[in-house]
Amino acid sequence: MTEDQTFTIEVDGQQLEARPGQMLIEVTDAAGINVPRFCYHKHLSVAANCRMCLVEVEKAPKPLPACATPVMNGMKVFTRSPLAREAQKGTMEFLLINHPLDCPICDQGGECELQDVAMGYGGDISRFTERKRVVRDEDIGSLIATDMTRCIHCTRCVRFGGEIAGLRELGATGRGEHLRIGLYIEHAVASELSGNVIDLCPVGALTAKPSAYQARSWELSEYDGVAPHDGLGSNLHLHVRRNRLMRVVPRENEDVNQTWISDRDRFSYQGLYSDDRLQRPMLRENGKLREADWQEALMAAARALKDASGARIGALISPSATLEEHYLATRLLRALGSNNIDHRLRQGDFRGDAADPALPWLGQRIADFSNNQATLLVGSWLRKDQPMLNHRVRQSQIDGALVMAINPVAYDFNYELDVDIVCIPSAMTKELAGVAAALGVDTLGIEAVPDPAHHGIADSLKSAAQGTVLLGNAATMHPDFSLLRALASGIAAAAGVTLGFVGSGSNDCGAWMAGAVPHRDTGGKAIAPPGLDAAAMLEQPLDLYLTFGVEPEMDVAEPARMAAALGAAQLLAIGSHTSPWLLEHADILLPAAAYAETSGTFVNIEGNAQSFRGVAAPPGETRPGWKILRVLGNLVGLDGFDYAESTEVRDEVLAACADLAPDNRIGDLQDRKPKSAPGEWERVGGVPIYAVDALSRRAHALQLTPDAWGGELRLNTAAAAALDLGEAAAVRVAQGEGSAEFEVRIDDAVPDGCIWLPTAVPGSEALGAAFGPVAVEKA
Amino acid sequence: MTYQRNLVSLNTLNEDRSWELATYERCGGYTVWRQVIAGEISPKEIVDAIKDSGLRGRGGAGFPTGLKWSFMPRSAAGQKYIICNSDESEPGTCHDRDILRYNPHALIEGMAIAGYATGADVGYNYIRGEFMDEPVPRFEAAVKEAYDAGLLGKRILGSGVDFDLHTFVGAGAYICGEETALLESLEGKPGKPRFKPPFPASYGLYGRPTTINNTQTLASVPMILRKGAKWYAGLGPEGSGGTALFSVSGHIEKPGNYELPMGIPFKDLLEICGGILGGRQLKAVIPGGSSVPVLPGELIMSCTMDYASLQQAGSSFGTGAVIVMADTTCMVRVLQRISRFYMSESCGQCTPCREGTGWLYRMLTRIVDGKGREEDLELLLEVANRIEGRTICALGDAAAWPVQSFLKHFYQEFEYMVRNEGRSMVIETG
Repeated sequence: MTEDQTFTIEVDGQQLEARPGQMLIEVTDAAGINVPRFCYHKHLSVAANCRMCLVEVEKAPKPLPACATPVMNGMKVFTRSPLAREAQKGTMEFLLINHPLDCPICDQGGECELQDVAMGYGGDISRFTERKRVVRDEDIGSLIATDMTRCIHCTRCVRFGGEIAGLRELGATGRGEHLRIGLYIEHAVASELSGNVIDLCPVGALTAKPSAYQARSWELSEYDGVAPHDGLGSNLHLHVRRNRLMRVVPRENEDVNQTWISDRDRFSYQGLYSDDRLQRPMLRENGKLREADWQEALMAAARALKDASGARIGALISPSATLEEHYLATRLLRALGSNNIDHRLRQGDFRGDAADPALPWLGQRIADFSNNQATLLVGSWLRKDQPMLNHRVRQSQIDGALVMAINPVAYDFNYELDVDIVCIPSAMTKELAGVAAALGVDTLGIEAVPDPAHHGIADSLKSAAQGTVLLGNAATMHPDFSLLRALASGIAAAAGVTLGFVGSGSNDCGAWMAGAVPHRDTGGKAIAPPGLDAAAMLEQPLDLYLTFGVEPEMDVAEPARMAAALGAAQLLAIGSHTSPWLLEHADILLPAAAYAETSGTFVNIEGNAQSFRGVAAPPGETRPGWKILRVLGNLVGLDGFDYAESTEVRDEVLAACADLAPDNRIGDLQDRKPKSAPGEWERVGGVPIYAVDALSRRAHALQLTPDAWGGELRLNTAAAAALDLGEAAAVRVAQGEGSAEFEVRIDDAVPDGCIWLPTAVPGSEALGAAFGPVAVEKA
Repeated sequence: MTYQRNLVSLNTLNEDRSWELATYERCGGYTVWRQVIAGEISPKEIVDAIKDSGLRGRGGAGFPTGLKWSFMPRSAAGQKYIICNSDESEPGTCHDRDILRYNPHALIEGMAIAGYATGADVGYNYIRGEFMDEPVPRFEAAVKEAYDAGLLGKRILGSGVDFDLHTFVGAGAYICGEETALLESLEGKPGKPRFKPPFPASYGLYGRPTTINNTQTLASVPMILRKGAKWYAGLGPEGSGGTALFSVSGHIEKPGNYELPMGIPFKDLLEICGGILGGRQLKAVIPGGSSVPVLPGELIMSCTMDYASLQQAGSSFGTGAVIVMADTTCMVRVLQRISRFYMSESCGQCTPCREGTGWLYRMLTRIVDGKGREEDLELLLEVANRIEGRTICALGDAAAWPVQSFLKHFYQEFEYMVRNEGRSMVIETG
């Protein structure tokens, strides 16, 4: 809108600037004029049903709802005139007559919109003496507690389901005073964004089940935080009582997460308080772990590092460690004479390292995804892997964009894909090459004859004024990631759209900036010859491994190979949680603070550095990770490791990265031979939404949702018939040297000849990589 | 004084098998539609004639029909719709049912003409579910006859005019008679009124420009065009042209539907209907369906049955459903019954209507049950006032007006009952 299109309206005697098409409430909100409301929410459609925002408009015979009244040039509005106040008080009285006025025992008490507005607009004594309405509750799963008698029927949750979550789970049934918000069919809500209805609900009808009745809102201190599970870096408010993180809610940031967060970001805090937190340093002595004090443990760790020959040390750092931790670990390793450091723990193919850009990123700002006209997802279950980014893609599709995918499973999206190519993993390169061929670009020697679907994708990308080819987590884990990336890069360039990476943790960009990769140092400076990458470190066993924030059996690409390499070497593990495997094999365990317990910085996947403070106390003798690394640096005698604050570390890295800009230009690929070959059975991996890291795997409430992955294996009807397997039958999978048993789930989203068996789930520890040939038999 | 009956929307009524195409055509039916198809009348001429005729919506609101049609962006590209609202559910009202039963072709012709005038080549007739038994089959048979005769469909009678007509049967919800709730229902959603603006003429069925008219309104169109706007306007007084179908019910000797000229004095209507049942005294009349304010007998006896007169008396013409109550009627119980209706039929989306209608009914029930309190009467009025004008659609107003008017005119009956443990003044003091 240009300046000359604005006009002036008068509200309560104040002259306000307004634009055509705006609703009155948008203008009053912007001016800080408080108009009470329940059903209105700026990111949802206008319902105008609560009737709380009624205001007086000059020349209108009746009070009008500010949320649904378009502004008009010169209109005069009175939000506190006798007519407006009477209308607002009238609605308030109606809202309260059937609402249980038992705020002292309601979990929403103290942070309830109805309670707050009632203070200003309600009467002190109810004139309603009839019996109040009682509504039956439904169990809608482990995340959301319901108390539907409190519902005031604002329908925000219903609109959220249809408009944002893309899932019509909650709805209004019945009419009149029997109108009831609930599930059409009672079951657990299966949405990765469901928790947002807790924030939307203006009353205590929908509250957070995991934190139910544990704290009063006025006992909680609110701190800023940044979400630790995916590359978006959703902004959080952390609610803390007596040093304990009690719950997590979104902090508004229009550029990142708007007013929403994913359920993973909201409820993973439960993992902070699991029983298996590492609380004290531990040392292995005569084959047995014992507790040690910090002094002793740090001396032992420093000695181990000094005693090992530099190039024989390898470091595996979580992609969700902070920028400061990545940087200090990098400096420590390099100073010890090793370039064997990597955060790309689940990447399936490193042949493209020489062609890597200096700082791979999303390719666009997060907010720009809403405006894309075409999106091609390659190996991505965006909905579950990066829920808030998927929300943007969904919004773009609502606005008419085309969303297409080439995936190894017919993943469930909350929108209809316009082109959905589902193929066995080993055929993904060929399918993508088909698109490349349709655009007339290099297919890397892969023979590809484009079919109509490939042409459709090519044409859609090409005709989009703005679009992207997005390489997802399954693509990164693919054994031909370097080929997929090179093809995608060629396609994006030819079609004039961006190429994007989503990252596997919360700080992938930070890791690249800090230099937590074997071939680039801080600031993206190339290192020749490079050190060993995450896979090579396991293929060529070293003498000493340092792991940071990692549960090795869950968080690396090939658990079986990891076990062989790390099990045989000395292992210094720094992390927040113990795991059975670490307890058996680690030689030195140092307890490090987890998210919310340490200060630090995450650089999100769009390259935006967001710092945070530690707000919750870690258990036992746990110390912030950056401090542990700093002391180790001091103890091995390194210069310049005298930081007093993590902000000093951050400032040093960011200064070193001043000239490093996000960049997705891919160099020429030398090794173009596909590694993946079709086997009798192919494994389709990936990491389920609630298995990505130690925290989410331990978040009890998330593990009870339909999205949690138990000990199951999925295959389609034909595959089940071929193996003579029924639903829930036992099946044995062998991959490499290892094998494990799983329970069958029949799921026709899985292509023929494949089993869908993720990594980082129970049973997968004994197996190999996420993608590759496996042997499957009835157990 | 004698009045000519069945001049417009029930013009075939005296014929044998009045609902058949042959009968309708014998009475002059489809002549206008054939002229339209032949290009002899332009859309503008149709709209102007309807404007000049003074035809106003007979569904209750009385909005000038020609003006409504003129809101349609006739020449804009894309699909447009004409919809007939046959979800006749206003208590006391039953004239649309008889049009569907006895003169369905007048409606079909009216819809086709309205579609042509507004640029809509698809029409839907939304018929209430309770009409499943007789009116729906009658109407559908008539549509089939019209199709078979080539009067509906594509390239009608070799012309360039298309008009397709579909029947849609509702599920029996009063609220679906509200035009935007009707649209929601027609789209397959729960019948909840939409917030306006935008109005259906710009954003209607499936978001397309749409005109919604009542059954009687549309069925009047062919005769207006056949006999001329002037003729129609002249049947009634200034501002209330034409005839109306009065559904007369209650304490009356000959209840039924009567098509009579607008502006007929109420006392003449009463006489035509045979007077009060059993020769008793007239107590009160709800002159336009249960939603409009009640009028005491003495007040309505001096009224004429048209928009202006009834409005001046403090009520409204509404749907033309005249509910007559004799002096034996307990007004508290009548209001309780009416309030129960609005409580049951509220869609539930707006707070004042969802919560307030039940509150009104419960207070009235308590009063009838002998547990009323003096302060209830003031509270009834205040609750009604807090519903009126505060909701998305007019159901809130419709629930409030009876309460306001019953208390205004019959306060002493309410007071008596509150003070006498639920005993009715009418029965006790006769």
